[in-house]
Amino acid sequence: MCVGIPAQVVEILAPEKKAAIVEVEGVRREVSIVVVLDDGVKVGDWVLLHVGFAMSIIDEEEAAAQLDFMRMLGSVYDEEVEAFSADVPSIEPKSSTTET
Amino acid sequence: MKFVTEFRDPDAAKFLIAEIAELAAEQPARKFMEVCGGHTHAIYRHGIESLLPDSIEMVHGPGCPVCVIPMGRVDDAIAIASQDGVTMCCFGDMMRVPGGNSTLLEAKANGADVRVVYSPLDALAIAEREPDRNVVFLAVGFETTAPSTAITAMQARERDVSNFSIFCNHVTIVPPMKAILDSPGMQLDGFLGPGHVSTVIGTGPYEFVSREYGLPLVTAGFEPVDILQGVAMLLHQLADGRAEVENQYKRVVRDAGNNSALKILSEVFELRPHFEWRGLGFIAQSALTLRTEYAQWDAEKLFEVPGVRVADPKACQCGEVLKGAIRPWECKVFGTACTPETPIGTCMVSSEGACAAYFNYGRFRARPRIPVTAT
Ligand code: SF4
Repeated sequence: MCVGIPAQVVEILAPEKKAAIVEVEGVRREVSIVVVLDDGVKVGDWVLLHVGFAMSIIDEEEAAAQLDFMRMLGSVYDEEVEAFSADVPSIEPKSSTTET
Repeated sequence: MKFVTEFRDPDAAKFLIAEIAELAAEQPARKFMEVCGGHTHAIYRHGIESLLPDSIEMVHGPGCPVCVIPMGRVDDAIAIASQDGVTMCCFGDMMRVPGGNSTLLEAKANGADVRVVYSPLDALAIAEREPDRNVVFLAVGFETTAPSTAITAMQARERDVSNFSIFCNHVTIVPPMKAILDSPGMQLDGFLGPGHVSTVIGTGPYEFVSREYGLPLVTAGFEPVDILQGVAMLLHQLADGRAEVENQYKRVVRDAGNNSALKILSEVFELRPHFEWRGLGFIAQSALTLRTEYAQWDAEKLFEVPGVRVADPKACQCGEVLKGAIRPWECKVFGTACTPETPIGTCMVSSEGACAAYFNYGRFRARPRIPVTAT
C-alpha cells in the first residue's frame, strides 16, 4: 500500500464526484482524484495509485518504470492488483469518453 | 523514452558503481539507512549490496506500515471486530498480523465479521449499503495512505454516514527517524529518504536530519540506478563535508510535497501525544488521530478497547530489525519458526517487510548481477 501502482486515467467522472475511472492491468475501477485535481489531472494521464486514491501524476516513462519495479516485486504487486480488481463495482464505459 | 534509458542504462549503473567505489575508497566505512520498505525490496531483489564496496553498509529502516503496528493495537482491533453488529474492514496485509493472542484472520474464523477491502472508500460503501452494520475501517499507513483515510472521513461526514467509523493507526515518518537517530549505539552516516511518502510531505520535513544531526539525506526512486545514484549523492556530500537534503527522485517528488493532501490531512487529523511502535516503544507525536470535529467517526471514542500494551514475544527481534540494529537473517527464528506462512513478527507478515523481502529474495535466490537492462 505504501508503494503506489501506476494506473491510467480513462474517464473523469462528474467533477463534483472528484473521481475518475482508471485502468490497471486491463481492469477498470473508480478511484478518487481529490488529491491531484489541482494538478489538472486529465484523461490519458498516468497516476500513482495508493489504496484507491490517485496520489500523484507521473509521466508515461515513469509509469513504465514503476510498473517494472512493481512486477519485479512480484507478490507485492500481485497482491495490489488482486486487491484493486477484487469486488469492483460494475462500470459502464461511457461512449463519450475521449482519448487525449 | 529518453528518460527511461537514462535511469535504466546499464552503462549508467556501471558508471555509478565505479564512482561509488572511488568515493568510498577515500572515506571511512559508511552506514546508510534506507527508510522505505520499497527500497529494501529493490536492494535485495537486485543484489545491490553486492555491487557496493564492502565499506558501505545499507541498513533497513522502519518504513513498512504494517510492521510497526504494536500487538496491543491488533488486540484492540480484534476487540472491536468481535463486538455485536460490527463489520471490521481492513487491508489484506493486516489479517495475519499477530496480536497478543490471535490475528484478525482467527477472529474471522471464530465468527467476527472481518472483511478485506482495497480502499477505505470501499469500507464506506459497505456502511452505506448495509445500514444495520457498524462498519469500522482499520486505518494503517504513513502519510502515503493517511490522506485517503482523511478524504473518506470527510465523505462520511458530508454524506452523514452514521454507521461508519475509523480505527486510526496512521503514523508519521519523521518521528521514528528521530528515535532511531537518538537510540544509543546507532551510528548512521546518512539516509536514503523514502520515495512515495515524500510525494505527500515533500522534502522539507527531513531538514532536521542535516540541521540537528549533521547528516545527509537523499530521497531516491526505486530503480537500481536511482538507488545507486542516491548512494553516490550521499558519498559526494560526505566527501565535500556537506550535510543536506537532496532529491534524486525529482521526477515524482516535489520539494514542497502535495499541498492538497497536506491540507486534507491537517483538516481531519491531529497528532497524538504518544503512540507505541512495534520494537521502538512509545514515540511522542508520531501518529495521527481524528480531530474532535470527527469524533463521531472515531472508533476509539465509540467502542470499548482494552488499550493494553502487549510485550512482543521473546523470540521476536522485529524491533531490532526495524531500527536497523540487526539484519533479518540475524534474528534467531528467521526462516525457521518465523516464515511468511507462520510469521512470528510483523516484518515477516507484510510483503513490504524487510524479513519477508529477505526471505523471498535474499536467501533462496542467487543474487543477480546488475539487472538493469530494460525488459
Ligand atoms: S524473523 Fe520474524 S521475529 Fe525475527 S525479526 Fe523477522 S519478522 Fe521479527
